[in-house]
Amino acid sequence: MSQEKVIAIPNITTPNNPVIFNPDICNGCNHCVEVCQIDVYIPHPEKGKPPIILHPEECWYCGCCANDCPHPGAITFNWPLQQRGYWKNKATGEIHQI
Amino acid sequence: MSTWHDYLKEEGHVPDWPYPIRFDHEQEIDTDVLVIGGGIAGCWAAISAVRQGLSVALVEKGDTIRSGAGGPGCDHWCNAPANPLSNVDPDEWAQHMADRPYCNGTGIQIQCREDWDTLLEMEQMGGKIRDTDDEYVGAKGRDDKTKLMISPRYTRIHSYLPDADTGKAPDPDEKLNNVVIRVWGTTFKPALKKECKRLGVKIFDRVMVTSLLTETGVQGARIIGATGLNNRTGEFMIFKSKSAVLATAGAGSIWMISTELGGYSNMMSRTITGDGTVMAWNAGAELTKMESTGVLRIATGYKHKWYSGAGDASYENVPIVDANGKVLPYPIQGWVDAGAMVPSPEVEEAIRKGILSGEYALPFYGDFPAMPEVERNATWKLMLGEESTTKIIMDTFNAAGYDQSRDLLQSYKFIEGNSLSQWREAGYGGGLLVDWNLKTSLDGLYAAGTQMFSPEDHSYAAATGRYAGRKAAAYAREIGEPKISREQVEREKARVYAPVKRSSGLEWKELHAGIARVMQYYVSEFKTESLLNMGLNALRKIEEESVPLLFALDPHKLMRSLEDVSLLTYAQIIIHASLARKASSVPLNFQRIDYPTLDPPEWRKFLTIKLENGKVKTGELPPTFWGNMKNQYEAHNKDYTGVYREK
Repeated sequence: MSQEKVIAIPNITTPNNPVIFNPDICNGCNHCVEVCQIDVYIPHPEKGKPPIILHPEECWYCGCCANDCPHPGAITFNWPLQQRGYWKNKATGEIHQI
Repeated sequence: MSTWHDYLKEEGHVPDWPYPIRFDHEQEIDTDVLVIGGGIAGCWAAISAVRQGLSVALVEKGDTIRSGAGGPGCDHWCNAPANPLSNVDPDEWAQHMADRPYCNGTGIQIQCREDWDTLLEMEQMGGKIRDTDDEYVGAKGRDDKTKLMISPRYTRIHSYLPDADTGKAPDPDEKLNNVVIRVWGTTFKPALKKECKRLGVKIFDRVMVTSLLTETGVQGARIIGATGLNNRTGEFMIFKSKSAVLATAGAGSIWMISTELGGYSNMMSRTITGDGTVMAWNAGAELTKMESTGVLRIATGYKHKWYSGAGDASYENVPIVDANGKVLPYPIQGWVDAGAMVPSPEVEEAIRKGILSGEYALPFYGDFPAMPEVERNATWKLMLGEESTTKIIMDTFNAAGYDQSRDLLQSYKFIEGNSLSQWREAGYGGGLLVDWNLKTSLDGLYAAGTQMFSPEDHSYAAATGRYAGRKAAAYAREIGEPKISREQVEREKARVYAPVKRSSGLEWKELHAGIARVMQYYVSEFKTESLLNMGLNALRKIEEESVPLLFALDPHKLMRSLEDVSLLTYAQIIIHASLARKASSVPLNFQRIDYPTLDPPEWRKFLTIKLENGKVKTGELPPTFWGNMKNQYEAHNKDYTGVYREK
């Protein structure tokens, strides 16, 4: 077990990762914060860091943030597990999921 | 990591609110024309009004760059019968489209006359409407001269007008209607915002308008501005204007909310909460068709799957096959079935029986690999990639390894089943009553797009926004300076800030879910006088006992709280309108168990509803109260100059 300090925290909203930021590519420009229509994000207090996902349960998965991100690869969309679509390779019949 | 609890664990404390808090502070803005809502309709209204040389303020709850009921992209340009490739007469086509019961003949006529002009102006502003990069050479519907891309939608269905000279019905395979144009919709919203800024429209993003201001503060008087709340800072905004265009959307989630996936348990954005309709209602504006509701088309309760898999509006020309590759008799909104997207009940039943008998094996798939490459690309990259909220779906599939030339995309049509009948939505029916100037029943207040009753598609929002903007500007030019009632402002301020005065009680999501449950129980497909009255009483109880408990810890949650109060009023309006219609109706999706006769002739009329001195007052209008569409349009638009040319 880790030695990490355990804090008392209510159940967190789940799913709570509509997107995954890549901190190596994201430069904290906050463009996603501005294009998001419902303020899923707030800017990180420390300049240059990816935004904080404050209201994940309000996301309607419209994709503005990822579509308009000026740094490709900084934001990866992350559908809730129950909502991930399937496909099938027509030749082999192999099934895949997002 | 970027979640809130990551931050807490890393920093040892919760983040501070990132924006300055300005509760109770006021900002006053004086403008000629006020546009409320910065979606496609609102942006067009603002552009149209500012071109008349007046000052224009545009207020948007999100950010104008991608806001709007239709999502970040833009669907086909659905009704552009004046385009050069069209084979129909715009006025005849409008008349035909308006034959659908309880539609909005005024809006349709405007759309059919001006939609093509609007699209050309979209192109002037930087929106892409032609295949200028020659990506789709060879695609059916692509015109090599103009590089416009016609969609198979409405190609033969709805109408296939007889030839003007011979009067004979032409061979449908030879001549298509050509009224629907495929567009690069993701380029539209940013271009509109840019044009608004270039023309000097004052844009107020992240401001929720909370009420309309009336002359002397009296219900039913001329509209002279609005109040707003900055949903990041909590600042109170007071807009004074000579005229206003209401261009917000309908109400999206009255019957359903998942408190954990609140944004997802809806077809529309979380921001679509009926605020505009309710502020107009409170100001005394007349609404119509508010009793009309539909079944929420998302069977799992979550939106995404509707768009993931063939068999819906966006998947043009994609054959649907079963698990063994057998083609299903399902319409594919393609050239082969002339744009049909919904199967007949007989076909649907035949497929269902086929599933049960083993004739068709589940799951079903969209057979993209079977399509010619150019058609596949046109559907995947252009149709799906450019419309509404689908770009991110396509991109995510591709990034995960899906290859549309190799792989079948699973369809959820039959697996998910239909929504429960008590999960309903109001977003497509009721709204503000308008005249031929798109003026509402209140002086100074105009409406556009989804704000009006019986709205249509994105291009309808654009054309009617553009139209309402110029009419609102013409009125503003003639009318005198308004004077705001301070008492009305104070009353609204007290209402708006009440939830932030409390730090415990009832939170917005619980209120929302409570309203939704009342609507599911008492305002479902089963409607009787008694059930509707029970619903009304239950909502009144929420209003009296629960709303005073609402608390909001920051400006964002305050906005959400106020939205839910809007939904509560919207829900009550639906019940009042439902009580007034004492007959059942198929086109209104309205079943009164106590009045079961379907669409009796004496009830084929619009019911209107408004507040007068705080009392609900209903009225009625004949089914085509707008009169002769062509004549009325021409009488009201003698000065229309067509496509805008900058001087």
